[in-house]
Amino acid sequence: MSSDGLYRILPLEGGLNIYSASENMGLLLHALAPETELELDLSALDEIDCAGLQLLIMAKHEAQRIGCDLRLTNHSPAVIEAFELSGLASFFGDPILIKPTSE
Amino acid sequence: MDMDEVLKVFIAESQELLQQMEEALLMLEHAPGDSDTINAIFRAAHTIKGSAGLFGLDAIVAFTHIAESVLDRVRSGELRFDAELTALFLQVRDHLGELVRLVDEGIDLSSLPAEVQPLHTQLGDCLSRYLPSTDSQSQLRATERIERGHEHGLSADHWHISLRFGPDTLRNGMDPLGLFRYLNTFGRIVSLVPVLDRMPAAAEMDPETCYLGFEVAFYSDADKATIDGAFEFVREDSLIRILPPHSKSDQYLELIRALPEEDMRLGEILMRCGTLTATELQEVLHTQVQSQQRAETRPIGQVLMEESLVQPPVIAAALQKQQQIKDNRNNENNLIRVDASKLDRLIDLVGELIIAGAGAQMTAQRCGHSEMQEATEVLSRLVEEVRDSALPLRMVQIGATFNRFQRVVRDVSREISKDIALSISGGETELDKTVVERITDPLTHLVRNAMDHGIEPADKRMANAKPAQGRVWLNAFHDAGSIVIEVGDDGGGLDPQRILAKARERGMLNEGQQLAEKDVFNLIFEPGFSTAEQVSNLSGRGVGMDVVKRNITALRGTIDLDSKLGQGTTVRIRLPLTLAIIDGFLVNVGQASYVIPLELVEECIELNSDEPFERGHLELRGQMLPVVRLRELFEDDSPRPRRESVVVVHQAGLRAGLVVDQLLGEFQTVIKPLSKVFSACPGLGGFTILGDGTVALILDIPSLLGQLTRVSEAPQRARIEA
Repeated sequence: MSSDGLYRILPLEGGLNIYSASENMGLLLHALAPETELELDLSALDEIDCAGLQLLIMAKHEAQRIGCDLRLTNHSPAVIEAFELSGLASFFGDPILIKPTSE
Repeated sequence: MDMDEVLKVFIAESQELLQQMEEALLMLEHAPGDSDTINAIFRAAHTIKGSAGLFGLDAIVAFTHIAESVLDRVRSGELRFDAELTALFLQVRDHLGELVRLVDEGIDLSSLPAEVQPLHTQLGDCLSRYLPSTDSQSQLRATERIERGHEHGLSADHWHISLRFGPDTLRNGMDPLGLFRYLNTFGRIVSLVPVLDRMPAAAEMDPETCYLGFEVAFYSDADKATIDGAFEFVREDSLIRILPPHSKSDQYLELIRALPEEDMRLGEILMRCGTLTATELQEVLHTQVQSQQRAETRPIGQVLMEESLVQPPVIAAALQKQQQIKDNRNNENNLIRVDASKLDRLIDLVGELIIAGAGAQMTAQRCGHSEMQEATEVLSRLVEEVRDSALPLRMVQIGATFNRFQRVVRDVSREISKDIALSISGGETELDKTVVERITDPLTHLVRNAMDHGIEPADKRMANAKPAQGRVWLNAFHDAGSIVIEVGDDGGGLDPQRILAKARERGMLNEGQQLAEKDVFNLIFEPGFSTAEQVSNLSGRGVGMDVVKRNITALRGTIDLDSKLGQGTTVRIRLPLTLAIIDGFLVNVGQASYVIPLELVEECIELNSDEPFERGHLELRGQMLPVVRLRELFEDDSPRPRRESVVVVHQAGLRAGLVVDQLLGEFQTVIKPLSKVFSACPGLGGFTILGDGTVALILDIPSLLGQLTRVSEAPQRARIEA
């Protein structure tokens, strides 16, 4: 399903949490492939907990291991808050675009 | 995993803690100033506050916080638990109980319901009066402590928290992120470094297992116990270390050694947190050898104290907490909480299993297949074992119920201004949970009655050479397959003459009818005997005793009463151990089957038909035994068989014989209640379904014995002349 130099975007939606962890783990592992670029679009993630964070960590580790270029983009407010609370923002190292609060 | 379930645990735990708090408060009345007890109260309040915070129950947190501050002043010796404060705290406890109950009912506490709001405010105000301008005080003390520590400790002015979450943390519904959010409500997370060393490779990862750890630098004026409280729900399987600001390098070393990661790496993490500077880290690792020797010879508590980092009460509390956690953990390893309705379902299923098993066995016997019969034998033995191990699951000790009465006795004795003490024995006696739940109301009634009508006023007691303090006691013990609960008092006792006179006046006795003393006392359980006006002129007891009796009877129990005029009264309640399944003895009369509870069967004898018994008596080894034909009792018109048997039953010292056609032997009986239509039928306790689907009636032996022996024994007993 994947070939060299492929660039794909995987949007994650809804909740990335303990309830959906197993399902999403399969999804992520399936999307990761050597010699490809994978972008996880987090804009539609409106809930994330530590189980979700762990999955992202796992994806990052696994991507490094097999040589996939993994990027996290369009962090939703929920993701930004979780990254800040957990101190994981620097671990992922992706640029986080902080939008001005819409008020 | 489900938040609702965690909330249920919170509610159950809070109720337990409130119960402990109440017991401790009552103890304080006898031993004011006992520091263990005060600490217990503080701990209970503190844990409730901490847990309530996790669920965002701000009303409880805020209220408990004030209570806790007052308790803190008591602990530090600034206040004393006098009668007034104890009374206030009992009210506080009740109010907290009410709040928890509201949570249990799913009521949103963000705006308190109108009926609790006034009390909430009032109690809050009362508590605040014990606090001199609350917040400045506690802040003052916090800064003091930090300043004092500053000379000895390292530079960091924040708490350092090391967290390695247990694998099941996420599955148990806890989210570390939630804990951090909670920490931020009473302090500020200065910096936080995730520790990912335990993250496995993708192939080995279980997405629901927690592999995370964190090193947290946390700035807060809160005390150690508060911070500790935040981790109440994850403590069990997680590694949690909390170091106060300006801890000694020894302690950081201790921390580094306690954590699973490699020392140098941890040191770096601590540096990244800002907890240690590079020089300090070097110092810490450098003095490792030196401090190892010291740490081994001195307990950590002592080290802390010598270095005046922590105030003595804090240490005492911490050590006690540690001990408590240790104890709890030991218990928790052995105990699990199970929803009572799941147990009920299990018991129901076991009941069905027994009925189905009996059916299978009967069919096997009928078709005469020997292997089949053998198999069903084994099966039924196993079913019996399942039953025997399932029933005790529902057994609970009655002690908790008894202890609740300490409060009742305290409150009532104030109310009626009598000095009365309650003593409790046999609290470890176990009985069915359903029975325990339903016995509380009748017991409350009896205890109140004993205090109100049983115990005389102090001057009258003195005049009768009794101690001024009245005594009420609760006792429980097992006796022949039933549990006996006694409610006693050393009060004035019942006057049989007055009861008789009352009963005559009420038209409950015929003129000239004579009764044994015991039966006279039992009159007070009759409906219509007691009304409010009689109680006032009858120096015994009375209100609603018939209601008590009805409640007990509904539990298949009996109630009777002993009393000596001037010496006191004891009410004895006898209850079956379980309401669900019994070992029965199956007998046959005509077409009908009856079940007699096996533990009440003493022996079976053949009835010699040549020697017909007269006037309902039979001579058995020289003793007269009251005997009745079930055929006659239940007006069965079927012809009598040639041979009949007598089943001798006994309970509570009474014996009687029941004449039946056939003895069918032991039978596991699932008790099904009879519908209300049959409630007027004395002598029947329920029914059960036999293996072939027919119905057998369960005999209510205690009531039958009562009927039989009353008729036969009364003439032999001492009579009371009216």
